[in-house]
Amino acid sequence: MTDLALGSNRPLELAERRRFLALRKLAAHRSFKIGLLIVSVLVLAAFIGPWLTGIDPTSMRIRNKFKPPSDQFLMGTDNYGRDVLTRVLYGGQLSLGIGFFVALLSGIAGTIVGVVAGHFRALDAYLMRVMDALLAFPAILVAIGIGAALGPQATSIVVALAVAYVPRTARVVRASTLVIREMEYIEAARVSGASNLRIIVKHILPNCLGPLTVQLTFVFAYAILAEAALSFLGIGPPPPAPSWGNIIAEGRDHAVEAWWIMLFPGIAISLAALGMNLLGDGLRDVLDPRLKIES
Amino acid sequence: MTRVPLLSVENLTVQFRGDSGWVTAIEDVSFEIGAGENLGIVGESGSGKSVSALSILRLHGRANTRYASGAIRFGGRDLLSMSERELRKVRGGDIAMIFQDPMSSLNPVLTIAEQIIEPLQLHQGLSSAAARRRAIELLEMVRIADAGRRIDEYPHRLSGGMRQRVMIAIAIACQPKLLIADEPTTALDVTIQGQILELLRDLQREIGMSVVLITHDLGVIAEFAQRVLVMYAGRVIEQAPVAALFNRPMHPYTDGLIDAVPKLDGDLHRLTTIPGSIPDLATVIPGCRFNPRCREAMDVCRRNAPALLPVGPDHLSRCPPRAAARGAA
Amino acid sequence: MLRIVVIRLIQAIPVLLLIAVMAFILMHLIPGDPAVVIAGADAGPAAVERIRHELGLDRPILEQLLSWLVNLGTGDFGRSLVLNQTVLSAVGERLPVTMSLAMLSLAITLPVGVFLGILAAYFRGSWIDAAVMTLALVGVSVPAFWIGILSVILFSVTLGWFPSAGYAPLLANGPGAWLSSLIQPAFILSLFQIGFLARMTRSGMLDVLDQDFIRTARAKGVSEWRTVGRHAFRNALVGVVTVAGIILSLLIGGSVVIEQVFALPGIGRLVVQAILARDYPLIQGTMLLFGFAFVVINICVDLIYLWVDPRVRYD
Repeated sequence: MTDLALGSNRPLELAERRRFLALRKLAAHRSFKIGLLIVSVLVLAAFIGPWLTGIDPTSMRIRNKFKPPSDQFLMGTDNYGRDVLTRVLYGGQLSLGIGFFVALLSGIAGTIVGVVAGHFRALDAYLMRVMDALLAFPAILVAIGIGAALGPQATSIVVALAVAYVPRTARVVRASTLVIREMEYIEAARVSGASNLRIIVKHILPNCLGPLTVQLTFVFAYAILAEAALSFLGIGPPPPAPSWGNIIAEGRDHAVEAWWIMLFPGIAISLAALGMNLLGDGLRDVLDPRLKIES
Repeated sequence: MTRVPLLSVENLTVQFRGDSGWVTAIEDVSFEIGAGENLGIVGESGSGKSVSALSILRLHGRANTRYASGAIRFGGRDLLSMSERELRKVRGGDIAMIFQDPMSSLNPVLTIAEQIIEPLQLHQGLSSAAARRRAIELLEMVRIADAGRRIDEYPHRLSGGMRQRVMIAIAIACQPKLLIADEPTTALDVTIQGQILELLRDLQREIGMSVVLITHDLGVIAEFAQRVLVMYAGRVIEQAPVAALFNRPMHPYTDGLIDAVPKLDGDLHRLTTIPGSIPDLATVIPGCRFNPRCREAMDVCRRNAPALLPVGPDHLSRCPPRAAARGAA
Repeated sequence: MLRIVVIRLIQAIPVLLLIAVMAFILMHLIPGDPAVVIAGADAGPAAVERIRHELGLDRPILEQLLSWLVNLGTGDFGRSLVLNQTVLSAVGERLPVTMSLAMLSLAITLPVGVFLGILAAYFRGSWIDAAVMTLALVGVSVPAFWIGILSVILFSVTLGWFPSAGYAPLLANGPGAWLSSLIQPAFILSLFQIGFLARMTRSGMLDVLDQDFIRTARAKGVSEWRTVGRHAFRNALVGVVTVAGIILSLLIGGSVVIEQVFALPGIGRLVVQAILARDYPLIQGTMLLFGFAFVVINICVDLIYLWVDPRVRYD
């Protein structure tokens, strides 16, 4: 009986130890640290920066239009004479916000689909078929379709992109669920009368968290890039409120004579995606040691 | 010994790159092998026997290996100082090698034919048709039935024993002067083991090659080798003709190895094992490396690193207390 | 061989059907009314109603779906509401553009990506390895259309090396003009996939280079070049084929945006126009085409496995 008591203690202790080790490994992981630095700087810039410059991103001074980068306008001005730096800083709020909520939403929806498919085997074939069919379209097309359906608002972009990425998160969660549900302690829990809900919440979800977090950092990066692409196609968050994507889209018409309008938000997008990808690589190395081909 | 050996390894030290600097895997290893001779190298895993074998053809990963000192003389030349290009002519030509795991040593996406023909074309410049005919002959030599049909199959269609036969066919393709067999029977069933050893012995007679046989199994050594090298923790600790080694082992570690061989004759006495395990490469052990596991260890064994001393005709041992006892007797 | 293709195609039918239905449902979620779009802004409600009736849009959705599926069965994909041509001819007109673009990008991506991946694996930890991994990271971090616009400004507007927009059909304009109209977008699309392919090839090669049979090859006296290129790469090829299939899908997806940047009249541009114009039949048709392309790519990948890996057998 003492053995049994020990056995019930062990998973918890192990989990704690693992978490501690993972944190230590992350703290030593170079690309994770670089990614964290980039993302933190961008987030701070987007949410504190505008408050420091104190300029209205939508205030137009036509006299100042198409000013190249200078001391006064670090990133120049656009066709309405708006300060590009201020717009890029404000745009970060919208773009990073969209990235965050897309990751959150597709994470929640993907977890539900993935756990249900992985845990209730009868539903698996149907759910994953739907996911496969959704995967058959380029994600950007799914997003265009849904984005066009819901109309030009930031929230519809979030929903569109979240739906587009649900199959990917669902696959990751389902794969982890399938592995965990075969573990002996799940069998033991089931024998001792634990309900499905309890097994899912207590055992399966905590174990999906690692791979899911990794996947979601990548979804975050995809979403930032996709927001820009959608804006470029005319389905992004509508002006005048700036997002990185719609600054580029507006700047495109003047790309030849005023290259700076679209250069700087593009750099911001690239940095943000790069930062998230580096974070994700670090998390994957630490949380999800199975190296596999990701689609 | 007055004859000129086929291959002589002289004071070879090999180091691998570890997490914290270079680690010595084998140290000051010397042995030679004459034409047509069978040399056995025996030891537990981690003793450095496979490292020694792979070093002969410099098959360790180039970036992480250092041949820190010594020479490997073959046909009047030092294999260690050869260029890669020159060495490639020796590999698979005059010196061939077979490995422990036949399941993973053959390329899974190439046919048997492609794999046997390769050395024939490289070293002997045979045309594809001639190489193919020769490859079928070779498969027949290693006693693979229906060789003409088997040759076009992929390795996954063959059993472990068959694959090791194919490996042997590849190795003897260019009639090497020396065959290095690194645990060739370890991964196989006992019945197959016997067949493979018998095959090696027959081929050796036919081709007239020398064989270095690496194994952890003294039983295999007793059957196959004329001279034996016993290795422990990267060093040669005893070297002797096979009869002398079994009759008068001159190192406590060799005693242990011999006691660990199951015997069919005699009573059902318990199989003895050597207590403890071989030390990690990076562990520094002062004195004799075997002393922590040695039942006969004395103070001197813990203080001084022992030298390899002659203890009989063609018999060397790295155990000074034994050598002294022998001298006194 | 043929039998396998037929079986795979039959197996793909349910997925294709599902894709068709989803395409249909997805499009009917769009609240805009195509009849209003077609009738024009100043048409009266009667005119809109008449057009709606002509198009069959006043029938129940389920009935519309069923008749669409039945027509699909007879090879009738319907007529575009806006373009005044059948969906099939609209798609057929633009397919060569997208196919040319995707194939040209693939032709650039495959050799370059594989070669870089092999180099990175063999010279692990060297500057080549670092450069390949950086390229892979850039490929998933930089917006392709943004690089596309910058590239147009640099190479087309400033340097004048390539046309900035438009497509020159192969048959009408000859291979020179065709290639120069496509090389810039194709290269930009490739740029984003080369790093991914190289990274995947690298990790596959690293697995293989550690295997025992590589040591066997060296022990036979095989040169390093041949050991890596033949013994190792033939094994890593299985993974590369999978990735190549994924990359072709990604290239087709990526062409949606790149066609917009370079004003190439391909499927991607067509589908964006169709979605924005609420052109139901055209949207459904093109979506189905994308789904079909995905299925075909997967079948091709499976078939190539057979050829590449002797251990794979489909029975």
